[in-house]
Amino acid sequence: MAQLLSPPLKDDLDIVIPTIRNLDFLEMWRPFFQPYHLIIVQDGDPTKKIRVPEGFDYELYNRNDVNRVLGPKANCISFKDSACRCFGFLVSKKKYIFTIDDDCFVAKDPSGKEINALAQHIENLLAPSTPFFFNTLYDPFREGADFVRGYPFSLREGVPTAISHGLWLNIPDYDAPTQLVKPRERNTRYVDAVMAIPKGTLFPMCGMNLAFDRELIGPAMYFGLMGDGQPIGRYDDMWAGWCAKVICDHLKLGVKTGLPYIWHSKASNPFVNLKKEYKGIYWQEDIIPFFQNVVLPKECTTVQKCYIELSKQVKEKLGPLDPYFQKLGDAMLTWIEAWEDINSPAKTAPSQANGAKKDESSTKQK
Amino acid sequence: MRTPPSLLSLTIEKAVLNLSHFSDLSPLPDHILLDLFLRTIKAGKLNEKVLKLFMATGKDEVLILIQTLNIKHILTPVLPTKDIKDSDIDIVIGALQPDLTSFLNEWRPVFSRFHLIIVKDPDLKEQLNIPEGFDHHVYTKPDIEKAVGASSTILFSGYSCRYFGYLVSKKKYIISIDDDCLPARDNEGNLVDPVAQHITNLTTPATPFFFNTLYDPFRDGADFVRGYPFSLRSGVTCALSCGLWLNLADYDAPTQALKPQQRNSQYVDLVMTVPARALLPVSGINIAFEREMVGPALFPALRLAREGKLRWETIEDIWSGMCAKVICDHLGLGVKTGLPYVWRSDKGDPIESLKKEWQGVKLMEEVVPFFQSVRLPRTATTTEDCVAEMAKSVRERLGSVDPVFNHAADAMLQWVKLWKSVGSVSSTPGDEGVGSSDEDYSGGESEAPECSRTPPVDRELKDKLFRKYGGYISTLKHEFSKKKKKGTLPKEARQILFDWWSVHNKWPYPTV
Repeated sequence: MAQLLSPPLKDDLDIVIPTIRNLDFLEMWRPFFQPYHLIIVQDGDPTKKIRVPEGFDYELYNRNDVNRVLGPKANCISFKDSACRCFGFLVSKKKYIFTIDDDCFVAKDPSGKEINALAQHIENLLAPSTPFFFNTLYDPFREGADFVRGYPFSLREGVPTAISHGLWLNIPDYDAPTQLVKPRERNTRYVDAVMAIPKGTLFPMCGMNLAFDRELIGPAMYFGLMGDGQPIGRYDDMWAGWCAKVICDHLKLGVKTGLPYIWHSKASNPFVNLKKEYKGIYWQEDIIPFFQNVVLPKECTTVQKCYIELSKQVKEKLGPLDPYFQKLGDAMLTWIEAWEDINSPAKTAPSQANGAKKDESSTKQK
Repeated sequence: MRTPPSLLSLTIEKAVLNLSHFSDLSPLPDHILLDLFLRTIKAGKLNEKVLKLFMATGKDEVLILIQTLNIKHILTPVLPTKDIKDSDIDIVIGALQPDLTSFLNEWRPVFSRFHLIIVKDPDLKEQLNIPEGFDHHVYTKPDIEKAVGASSTILFSGYSCRYFGYLVSKKKYIISIDDDCLPARDNEGNLVDPVAQHITNLTTPATPFFFNTLYDPFRDGADFVRGYPFSLRSGVTCALSCGLWLNLADYDAPTQALKPQQRNSQYVDLVMTVPARALLPVSGINIAFEREMVGPALFPALRLAREGKLRWETIEDIWSGMCAKVICDHLGLGVKTGLPYVWRSDKGDPIESLKKEWQGVKLMEEVVPFFQSVRLPRTATTTEDCVAEMAKSVRERLGSVDPVFNHAADAMLQWVKLWKSVGSVSSTPGDEGVGSSDEDYSGGESEAPECSRTPPVDRELKDKLFRKYGGYISTLKHEFSKKKKKGTLPKEARQILFDWWSVHNKWPYPTV
């Protein structure tokens, strides 16, 4: 593809980065990210100063900002867990979000060329998805591919893509038990494919390299209650992924997975991970059947309505599993209320947005 | 005192240890080369790279020794499946063209190990031309008529002729490739062995109940990702493996006509399980399956009114593939898609095909809602029962839409009957029908499984080598068959070491 003169969707996309350390990794991404606006969500100690490399247009929120913006609703945003990133989704004013972890770097494709992950995500989001019938040549909208013989013509238009889920070379996203058994395994296989996850199929959504259409699915991208004071960790993105997929299936939206790859450099401590995950590993055995059997009523025609209904069912069906799910169900409602507050028409008018930003964010730079 | 080893012997021993550093063995004199080869085998150091090194010398003695010892050249480093023998596999080829010489010669490195079932399209008038060197059986129209009756022979016309091969096979696994496909090359330029890849797909579990974002977790270098439920990680049996095509992809006529230059050049290094309840177009061009589990569900049932001899003028495989997928989902069996690739030759004019009716394309629109909603009763626990139930549903729900569906339902039931009668008959290899057909005898068609004949000149050399090395080879064989006790060297080696010790125990260091 020829070099684009103007970065695609420059004014329609925010890059959300949760961080607790520093943002040096942005140097490597500079050629790809610099034209875009960043929303940095600083987790952990709010007094620590996070250094952002020069030249980036960003707003930064620490825990104090989160509390200030949301007031009593701030309890739905996790503390001491990258789940706090969804606060960035909440306050963004753009149509699209790309979120990436601070230990993810630019990967190279087999020809040695650096991969512009952001551009690929945008391509994925702008092209339709085909979740109702599996195409054996994967994404038919990619250059050089098409629908195969037998693919029904009535399904070839596809549906809008709500989520683009990217993958990782080097350190793969394994759970703690797998990490312990295979500490040296590295993902070296570059699979040149993008595909729509079929309707009715659940998947493990990883938040490390993810993009979505905020207008289509934003309210469902709540990363749950994790981290400090919670019995579970490292299931934030999983939870958001299951909720979002069920809602996408109901609203006939597409979820894609595959390209782009990023280079994941840091392997987290498997023992620390095991402590965070172990409850999740057990609970999952009940959570998955729950999501597989969820039926959303026809009246749920918006994401918010679907999400509220989902939160009710979570409390009803998973509550018996552990009181945590009652809390989680409530937090899901709080999130939707917060979403409505922040994203209601009054707040999204341009003049007020700038003013609001100055008040809300503790640091803003350009 | 024992005579010390000769300089030559020591040199050869050293060479065996350093084989990986050699790039060319051709300067070696023949007798030294042979000795080196045998000692390499004895030392257990004959890997593919070393084998290539010896073969590259081009020396007849070495090549004949390789043949005699039945050393097989592995094409691609696909993990060998431990319990699958070559004799568990049948390769079924539907012959829609008479001359299979170049097709089979291209596939020789892959196919020659296996038994081939070649079914000639009953509508094909010319004789089949099959090159030498393959263990195969040929079935032609008279054989089909004899097995299934003249009225059922129509089922097996055109691309559907391969189903007859599925019917008469007695093997555990079937691999079926269209006769206009050739071996493909992967991104590194290596020849792809689709048989090995299909078998790997079929003998590793499938994971249809939850999507793994790193695709097949049983592939080397991959695994289940974080968030994948542990209770689902053992997977289910994979019963059907659907491969892909480089060059001419399996597009329908409208698509190919719209993009006449489009060729598939993307080799995507991916194998994945198609999720449960997801429907897909199963192309018959390059597939493999477990015969007992899926065979009854792959049938020639949906025959178009103007079905032709080009893939985009048929829909039979798409129809049976959708039935097979629904049945696999019902029975808890897995379906994989992705690797292996074959290279599909350019053939046919899509615009000419477009001038015929678009019946296939229209019919697909009717069937999708049916397949998405069809449910099989719990009582259907075998594939045959599932097909019968499916046929019932087809007649009830699609019979009124188009008469072709009633015919399809009839054909499905007929297939189940045939499967139970012909398909499950155990017979000795001789009775399969070869020889009863007197239509086709070409130069290459052999009746016996033994196909290779060594030319006379090599036979003399072979005898000479046998006389010289025969004893040594049988000693090697005997040694390999012995179970080795861990930690104990062979008696000869121990004796050499003891002798050396008894001479050098006062000063066991190399003297300057």
